[in-house]
Amino acid sequence: MATAVAEHHAEHHYTSTGLPHTKIAIWAFIGSECFFFASLISTYLIYKGRSVVGPFPHTPWTDPSTGHVYHPILNIPVTSTSTFVLLMSSLAMVLAHAAVERSDHKWSRIWLLTTAALGATFLGFQAFEFTSFVHEGLKITTNLFGSTFFITTGFHGAHVTAGVLWLITMYFIDKKRGLGPRDAVNVDVMALYWHFVDVVWVAIFTFLYLLQ
Amino acid sequence: MATTVAAPSVTGKAHKYESGIWSWLATTDHKRIGQLYMYTAIAWFVIGGIEALFIRSQLYGPNGRLVSADTYNQLFTMHGTTMIFMAIMPLSAAFFNLLIPLQIGARDVAFPRLNAFSYWVFLAGSVFMNVSWLIHAAPDGGWFAYAPLNTRQFNPGVNMDFWVIGLQILGLSSLAAGFNFVTTIINMRAPGMHFMRMPVFTWAAFVTQFLIILAFPIITVAVTFLLFDRFFGTNFYEIAAGADPLLWQHLFWLFGHPEVYILILPAFGLVSEVLPTFSRKPLFGYPVMVYSLILIAFLGFGVWAHHMFAVGMGPVADSIFSVTTMLIAIPTGVKIFNWLGTMWGGNLSFKTPMLFGIGLVGLFTIGGISGVMHSSPPSDLMQTDSYFIVAHFHYVLFGGSMMGLFAGVYYYFPKMTGRMMSEPLGKWHFWLTFIGMNLAFFPMHFAGLNGMPRRIWSYDANQGWDFDNHLSTYGAFIIAFATAIFLYNFLRSRGHGALAGNNPWDAPTIEWSMPSPPPDYNYAKIPTVTSRYPMWPQQGPTPLSPPVPTAGGDQPLPTYQTAEQLGIHMPTPTIKPLLATMGLTLAFVGLIWHRQIPIILLGGAIFIVSLYAWVLTPLEPEH
Repeated sequence: MATAVAEHHAEHHYTSTGLPHTKIAIWAFIGSECFFFASLISTYLIYKGRSVVGPFPHTPWTDPSTGHVYHPILNIPVTSTSTFVLLMSSLAMVLAHAAVERSDHKWSRIWLLTTAALGATFLGFQAFEFTSFVHEGLKITTNLFGSTFFITTGFHGAHVTAGVLWLITMYFIDKKRGLGPRDAVNVDVMALYWHFVDVVWVAIFTFLYLLQ
Repeated sequence: MATTVAAPSVTGKAHKYESGIWSWLATTDHKRIGQLYMYTAIAWFVIGGIEALFIRSQLYGPNGRLVSADTYNQLFTMHGTTMIFMAIMPLSAAFFNLLIPLQIGARDVAFPRLNAFSYWVFLAGSVFMNVSWLIHAAPDGGWFAYAPLNTRQFNPGVNMDFWVIGLQILGLSSLAAGFNFVTTIINMRAPGMHFMRMPVFTWAAFVTQFLIILAFPIITVAVTFLLFDRFFGTNFYEIAAGADPLLWQHLFWLFGHPEVYILILPAFGLVSEVLPTFSRKPLFGYPVMVYSLILIAFLGFGVWAHHMFAVGMGPVADSIFSVTTMLIAIPTGVKIFNWLGTMWGGNLSFKTPMLFGIGLVGLFTIGGISGVMHSSPPSDLMQTDSYFIVAHFHYVLFGGSMMGLFAGVYYYFPKMTGRMMSEPLGKWHFWLTFIGMNLAFFPMHFAGLNGMPRRIWSYDANQGWDFDNHLSTYGAFIIAFATAIFLYNFLRSRGHGALAGNNPWDAPTIEWSMPSPPPDYNYAKIPTVTSRYPMWPQQGPTPLSPPVPTAGGDQPLPTYQTAEQLGIHMPTPTIKPLLATMGLTLAFVGLIWHRQIPIILLGGAIFIVSLYAWVLTPLEPEH
């Protein structure tokens, strides 16, 4: 029965490539987003080392007027942990997609929620990170490092937030009517977005945090 | 406006969204959205033109005092911004909407509601930016808004806030439409419509969408930096904080040069449809025309710094960008020669669309040649920021883009409305535009070479610029008169033009197989395509020029069976995309209007709720 419905559906929505529209569109969107994040990260790299006042990402700085010593801002161990959390969410996303494909409602809900929870945990880490940086004296207005750092990681965080909302929405749809093979493509599109946001983070972590 | 050109009248049961204003606010029909784009773009074209008339009146003679220097800055900034983002781009978008689904044999675009959203966002963004005129605080920093000159420190007023936010909104519209059309063209081609059988306009549109979705994120980032600098005190363009004064220029032109191809390629596509029809010959070198489009787009991302030769990038960078700029002239030249090859030996029939098409080929070439002159840095250093540049880009944008788009308007008006535009008035429009445009812009070459800088508000006498400026001003008013003729012809023909029939031009591509105007479902049965020119016989078209319909202006348009009668499922009309746009706009209004957090939050909430309501509702009624 389910296949009959799916076939009728497929026939009704003939496409030239055989792929659903949303899948083509998400790839176009991802291509566009690559240029978006590339522009942000490039600006960070161009401005690296050009800030005229501290604090700085990797080196301490003494304020000449007050004599106050600012520690290096970035805390690599903490961010490594949040990076690990975000990468694990991609694994959960894969498992959620597999569960939806086989109509395993119990596990699809568990893995959707797990993915969302891991994403939310990452956002929690980011909130903690941002607050502690501000306490240590780095605001978005402080210097070029602050401006480029907060805007790049902030836009990434906004993307994760959108992904978490998407996951939670999907979870409630699953709870309401149960996601089956027909919905697998929608979960697939969401998963592509989610993995993309993850990959962007790997680039951000490399270029903003690890690169000295 | 809304009633005369509605989709074909319907004999089935009435739907609450089928007529009147609601049918336009809630429409998801690509043809109606295309018409909305066209009307709006023409309206902005007129407003941008009025701004140009003020500029030309101010510069008519030395020491002009018609407007203040401050107003003059607003006029030239808004003239450029309006013509680029609110006239040419949306007029191109009108054709994307009208034609892409028809040319590939589809019922609509891939995401009809997103398509409506793109239009409403464009309308909101363009109105937003122009509302600034009402408080005499229109953007005044040039259409390319060089930072750091446009940071709060040097430009403290609200003027550039309107520009920054307005451009952000307009960019969103183009991006949403870009994803939509890429998906539509890749995924909704009728059986047999291989990529290398697609009409060249669809190819041009396809390439343009890639330029849009890859170039607009860059300007989004650049403008976001400026927005944060202006509103939240960040340092992206703050030289005292160590910022690079060229960051904006690099980001802007990385977008800005692809943008000029976004402006011209759709016009190239339209002309590639018009010339074969009126030459009674297939397009010369179809595959090469397609490859040259792709090559232009590809190279278009590698030439941006030729806008920056004067900033002192050094000989290596100057040389590289000089070479890539010369390279891009090759695929462009290929297109010119292929159009000539299309007309060569053809049975030419000089109907209005053909005149405008030939106008593009000739006038764009003049602008292209002066463009190649700029590709040489030593030469560019002499010409940059002079009226020579103004002459150059008006030849490519007015002589190129607008001529091509006018060709498209005359050519596709019958398909869009079911009626013909008047040929005699069209010819008046063309010849006056042609004369006016050359009179307005050709003398600017001389004014520029004689040292007249661009963007100056006023100039002293005895510099040898007076005569050239007189001519330019006369030319501008001739163009204005020609445009008035066009407007009359356009508006009147919608209700009173001769009945067009399916294929008034005996044109070769598939969209001419359907009735004019097409029913809302387009093709009653999705066609199967077997050749590039399915409407022409295998051995080529008849050599005689087609007799263009001239009768039936007093008769009503034909009516068709409804989608319901044919059992075709069409998207349900919905105003949710409009509601989402209103929420989004409200949030931006809150931002510019004393940063009212509650208004921003309210707007954001309306946007998100509308978005959820939209996404969670199926596109078509359940069946």
